[in-house]
Amino acid sequence: MSPLILNQAYADFGGTRVLGPISLHVQPGEHIALVGRSGAGKTTLLSLLYDRRRSDITFIPQTLGLVDTLSVFHNVYMGQLATHSGAYNLINLIRPFRTQIRAVTAVLEQLDMASTLWSRVGELSGGQRQRVAVARSLFQDADVLLADEPVSALDGPRSEAVMQALIKQNTTTIIAMHDLDLARRYANRLIGIQDGTIALDAPSRAVNTHDLDALY
Amino acid sequence: MRSTRPEHKRWSVLSAPLVRTSLWLLGIALVCVWLADLQIRSTAPWSELARFGRGLIQPDFATFDTAIVALTRTLAFAFTGVGAAAVLGMGLALIFHYRVVRIFCAFVRSIHELFWALIFLQFFGLHPITGVLAIALPYAATFGRVYSEILEEGDRGAVEALSAHSGLISIFWYARVPDLWAHLTSYTSYRFECGMRSSAVLGFVGMPTLGFYLESSYAEGQYGEVGMILLIFLITIGSLRLWLRPKLVVLYLLAAPFLLGAGLPIVWGNATRFFTVDIIPSPLRNGEGVAGLASWLGDLLLYQALPGIGTTLVLTQIALVGTGIVALLTFPLISRLFVDRFRQVPGHGLLIIGRSVPEYLLAYILLQLWGPSMLPAAVALVIHNGAIIGHLIGRQSSTLRLRPDVVGGFNCYTYEVVPRLYRSFLSFLLYRWEIIMRETAILGILGITTLGFYVDSAIQELRFDRALVLIFITALLNIGVDSLARTIRWQLRLRTTPAKLEAV
Repeated sequence: MSPLILNQAYADFGGTRVLGPISLHVQPGEHIALVGRSGAGKTTLLSLLYDRRRSDITFIPQTLGLVDTLSVFHNVYMGQLATHSGAYNLINLIRPFRTQIRAVTAVLEQLDMASTLWSRVGELSGGQRQRVAVARSLFQDADVLLADEPVSALDGPRSEAVMQALIKQNTTTIIAMHDLDLARRYANRLIGIQDGTIALDAPSRAVNTHDLDALY
Repeated sequence: MRSTRPEHKRWSVLSAPLVRTSLWLLGIALVCVWLADLQIRSTAPWSELARFGRGLIQPDFATFDTAIVALTRTLAFAFTGVGAAAVLGMGLALIFHYRVVRIFCAFVRSIHELFWALIFLQFFGLHPITGVLAIALPYAATFGRVYSEILEEGDRGAVEALSAHSGLISIFWYARVPDLWAHLTSYTSYRFECGMRSSAVLGFVGMPTLGFYLESSYAEGQYGEVGMILLIFLITIGSLRLWLRPKLVVLYLLAAPFLLGAGLPIVWGNATRFFTVDIIPSPLRNGEGVAGLASWLGDLLLYQALPGIGTTLVLTQIALVGTGIVALLTFPLISRLFVDRFRQVPGHGLLIIGRSVPEYLLAYILLQLWGPSMLPAAVALVIHNGAIIGHLIGRQSSTLRLRPDVVGGFNCYTYEVVPRLYRSFLSFLLYRWEIIMRETAILGILGITTLGFYVDSAIQELRFDRALVLIFITALLNIGVDSLARTIRWQLRLRTTPAKLEAV
């Protein structure tokens, strides 16, 4: 992949500047945690990055973007809609292909969700829904991951498993999260956002608790 | 936390109850297509269509002033009829919890306004009261039901906070109506739009509205004039939002009763004869007793009602499924998710035309072009109802928030959008089932052998006793379909209140 670059980027909402100007270079292999108070601009920064619409990026929005009336299988499969023809996808909607079932099941197993394969997403709990969105992203198999609070509804061990899977799958990750401990363990670079600008940008081992507290 | 489904069993969209129900409807419709007579009978249907098309493109404004008078009459009938219906309907809504009121409303509603017009014509003649009542009565019954549903949904908190001695009427106007005002007015203005269509169509049975002028222009082959009439009707309905302002409505309502035209005076002797002689079954009139009545009724059921019911059911089913297909195909044209704002314009135009032109009028035109068969009726029903539902779900789809990394085009349609909208799509479609059937029956007046055909023939032959029995059967059929649709909606846990569905 090529580096992900923001150059003096900004975002306005209803006439007020909510983010920026921000400049940011993301090199392949970097695992970045975006931290900061809610409303600081993490989500906006992620969407600025995503606006490039590169095909090697997968995105997990905070709202998850699941289709409640479809099964878990179909929601996860949707990660690969772009790689198949419309006709293939339509048939898979009516009669799922065996190979796709196997592939999706494999992804769900990593997240301890294989037993929900044929459940309708609308019937799932909040934590399960979040893992379906994660599974869709894993299934997409892209280089770069942008994720907005992908583990907010998960308990300790579950969120560890999800973080591990995400880091393993994607060469480069940029994840907004509020669990600072988790952020420091999984990311190699921490970016702190405050009032729409980058207030902290450092390798995670170099950041101490005091620096982080200043952000909140 | 449900995960009990066996893993080896693949879930397909076909196993979703909503889809299964749809497939059943589709299957039955296919059988109906096989049973139906869908031939084009006219000798040169396409050249005729081309001539008609030229009339639309080059409307002839020579008789513009006559058309404006007809438009004024159309508006006057709509305002008087719908206005009276709204007042009556609000009264009915307040006593709607009585079973007898509910049954009465269901019955009145299930008879099409054209049938009401045909009945009132017999005793009021071509007096404006015929047209006003034909609209007011069925509309009042609908308002009664929908208003009561709106009132039921509203918050009762304010009512409980008031002194119990505040008086029912004061409580109603202070604590209930203000909260629900927006909902009530948006539904009422939607129904006014329907009233405009009903009013125009009443011209076909002799009221001085647009339908009357359209029919005579058509009979004379004046396609340019037909084009002009359609054009001013479309513009009037299309610009409804511009001139249907709350303050102006008061003015319109006050003026409307004076703009209905004089019509012909009521001959009260006719009214008396209608009730005392005409509607008494002929065997009783002629003293043939119960045996005569039984064979009269038997013949009527076997040779008129049954074939009429058959054709009505077949055509309704085809129209219902066709409506669904057209809606699903056309809604992307006006959806933010598939086309940008600018490119939505032609789609919006198409759907506005489709839903503004009444089915009856459309069926009339197509019937003249293609000759008598079920085809023109089916196409007219599908265009009108498909455009209505397409418009509603298209608008709903524009409010969907998809995740930003969603893939576009056909994949987005099949995986993201249709699954999310299918529930409300099916609610809309099932809700329109009864409306489509009521309309199917009435299209019989144009010569397609649905129940309306037999009703109309009986009236032509001055056999009002037969006509009333057939209208009664039509009403029962509508009530039956309505309750079937309601059962299906209930079983699929779809929304059941039309108020929310229609005034979107």
